[in-house]
Amino acid sequence: MAPNPIRVGLFVTCLVDLFRPRIGFAAVRLLEAAGCRVEVPASQTCCGQPAYNGGDRRDAQAIARDVIAAFEGFDYVVAPSGSCAGMIRRHYPGLFDDDPAMRARADALAARTWEIVSFLADVMKWDGVAAQLSGKAAYHDCCSGLRELGVKRQPRALLAKVAGLEVADLPGSEICCGFGGAFCVKYPAVSDALAGDKLRELEAAGADLLLAGDLGCLMHISGKLHREGSRVRARHVIEVLADMGGEPAIGEPG
Amino acid sequence: MQPTAHAFKEVSRQKIADPDLQRALLKLKTDFRAKRVQVVNRLPEFEALRDEAKKLKDHVLENLDYYLETFERNCTAAGGQVHWCATAAEARDTVLRICRDAGAKTVTKGKSMIGEEIALNDHLEAHGIKAVETDLGEYIIQLRGEPPSHITAPAVHLVKRQWTETFRALHTASDLAPDRPLDEPRQILDEARAMLRRSFFAAEVGITGANFLIAETGSTVIVTNEGNGDLTQTLAGTHIVLASIEKVVPTLEDAMTLVRVLARSATAQEITSYTTFSTGPRRATDADGPKAFHVVLVDNGRSDLLGGEFREILRCIRCGACQSLCPVYGAVGGHTYGWVYAGPVGAVLTPALIGLEEARHLPEASSFCGACESVCPMRIPLPSLMRKWRERAFETRVTPAATRGAYKLWAFFARRPVLYRAGARAAIGLLGALGRKRGRFRSLPFAAGWTATRDFPAPEGLTFLDQWARRR
Repeated sequence: MAPNPIRVGLFVTCLVDLFRPRIGFAAVRLLEAAGCRVEVPASQTCCGQPAYNGGDRRDAQAIARDVIAAFEGFDYVVAPSGSCAGMIRRHYPGLFDDDPAMRARADALAARTWEIVSFLADVMKWDGVAAQLSGKAAYHDCCSGLRELGVKRQPRALLAKVAGLEVADLPGSEICCGFGGAFCVKYPAVSDALAGDKLRELEAAGADLLLAGDLGCLMHISGKLHREGSRVRARHVIEVLADMGGEPAIGEPG
Repeated sequence: MQPTAHAFKEVSRQKIADPDLQRALLKLKTDFRAKRVQVVNRLPEFEALRDEAKKLKDHVLENLDYYLETFERNCTAAGGQVHWCATAAEARDTVLRICRDAGAKTVTKGKSMIGEEIALNDHLEAHGIKAVETDLGEYIIQLRGEPPSHITAPAVHLVKRQWTETFRALHTASDLAPDRPLDEPRQILDEARAMLRRSFFAAEVGITGANFLIAETGSTVIVTNEGNGDLTQTLAGTHIVLASIEKVVPTLEDAMTLVRVLARSATAQEITSYTTFSTGPRRATDADGPKAFHVVLVDNGRSDLLGGEFREILRCIRCGACQSLCPVYGAVGGHTYGWVYAGPVGAVLTPALIGLEEARHLPEASSFCGACESVCPMRIPLPSLMRKWRERAFETRVTPAATRGAYKLWAFFARRPVLYRAGARAAIGLLGALGRKRGRFRSLPFAAGWTATRDFPAPEGLTFLDQWARRR
């Protein structure tokens, strides 16, 4: 490692922390491969997005304050999620429009916060993928990463370097899968209809593996795939990039 | 129209299970979306044009009083009459009065969303005046007693078979053979034209909406594809233009800036078949045109929006792109939104116009995917405005107590890392132990909303932070 490595604070996200820690370890592996020193502040919990999108602005502000305090000391903050990174980068500053001191701190954090794949590609200029996986994958563009952070070509460019992997074109890859955080349980019928569309797209594309950058969307889509008896499996894109594609897919025993 | 927005959840389930509607929506989701991408890609300066359109409308909203008064002055100078109406009721009564003064028994109508908003047809019918919608899509839904389901494609929820059935059932009272061929689009169209022609000749008053009002000339503008708007406004003796106050733009050039983004966003056309400018009634030298020209300017809540946090929705030019591109709209169709404006624009506008209590589902029923904002030609930040409604619903306790409680509880733990970690360790440990063998749950008592249609992946069993602490 370089003498003065870039210090990255890993915002692991609540879903990865709770449901699929291996995505967090994939993030660590990739960040270290790119030459970063990774630290994981132990006080982190959630970015506050459930409260923010639920209309509970006060709690969203309170949580944002905690996150800002926990992650202020790093060169960069990186999250394996376009949704949570988008929350910090695009929405934290606006939470403090009435508080110039906090606003400045939120702006500073926002400017240093990245979704992991775009961080590796755009900031670290890293393309040293050393992974292999045989199969036909399709990449779904999760909405926040795509529209708030411009994550689109970076994951595809890095996936192209995975030995043995074919990446199929998914025509509706920019159409929401219907997860939407609390939306998926507040309006389950609508959410399910959109997941059904996604399933049909994946089947039509002939993919056997769905890759994406947000665990929430992946849990939702993989839950639908399993329920409908599809043979398509789902993983976070960085599991494959970190050569962890041999481990159990989401919702598989192990 | 009696709002049914409160029933969004129940109606959405029915609509998702309606095979005809789903077939109709599939066409919108595939054909229109592909065409829009093509037409936008053919115009390299489309993004710059969106910026220009936004700036233009922001400037108008900043100076709305000035441009409206300028419009009134120039419209009056051209021989038109301008009527200012603060409320829907005032607008309805004004139109009724003009119709009565013209001795109208039949009025033809071009497509008008503000007409829907103020429920004009019902009002005219209640006072013995027959109002006939002349836009083809509006015509069939009027026959069926339905409201429009989309701003620019009002009958997008129907498949061809339903057109045939409706025409057979409701046109057969006239002089048409019950077994006439009516399965081809051309046959359906010809029959509609023949029926509408009778109304065009009978009508004493023609009512149109306005896509724009031009301040410098006092003109009104409609953009259409069928020519019905032109017949509506030129054949009748009296032309009434219904327009909400935010439709005004300073100049002809400004109107054309908006036309360029409007047609591409609304119908994936570079320009619509007709762009019709109306300036006052028929002049002595004109070959045709109405003898009287009235413009009914409707506020109906716009002034309140102008001064508040939802101001940006007044930039809307009613193209319907946010509806056409919205995945939720694409799954449930426009009628599910339960009032005049469906989709993302409705999610912002409807609570302002009929109250948040009735419309509370609309800003909630969005995954915040952002597709609407990404295509809105006027760059209206629709998800942010929906979120503002959610905040207001939370603050005023329109959001159900259980939902508010759930957010508060989550936030309570999220703000107490030690407690959060202890709780997470216990819950995830238990779930992991129960589910690891199979990898997922088919049902979970506390997550029935999830597991009704999806499996729930079992967690690994130890949280990332616990595993990390052990490794270090």
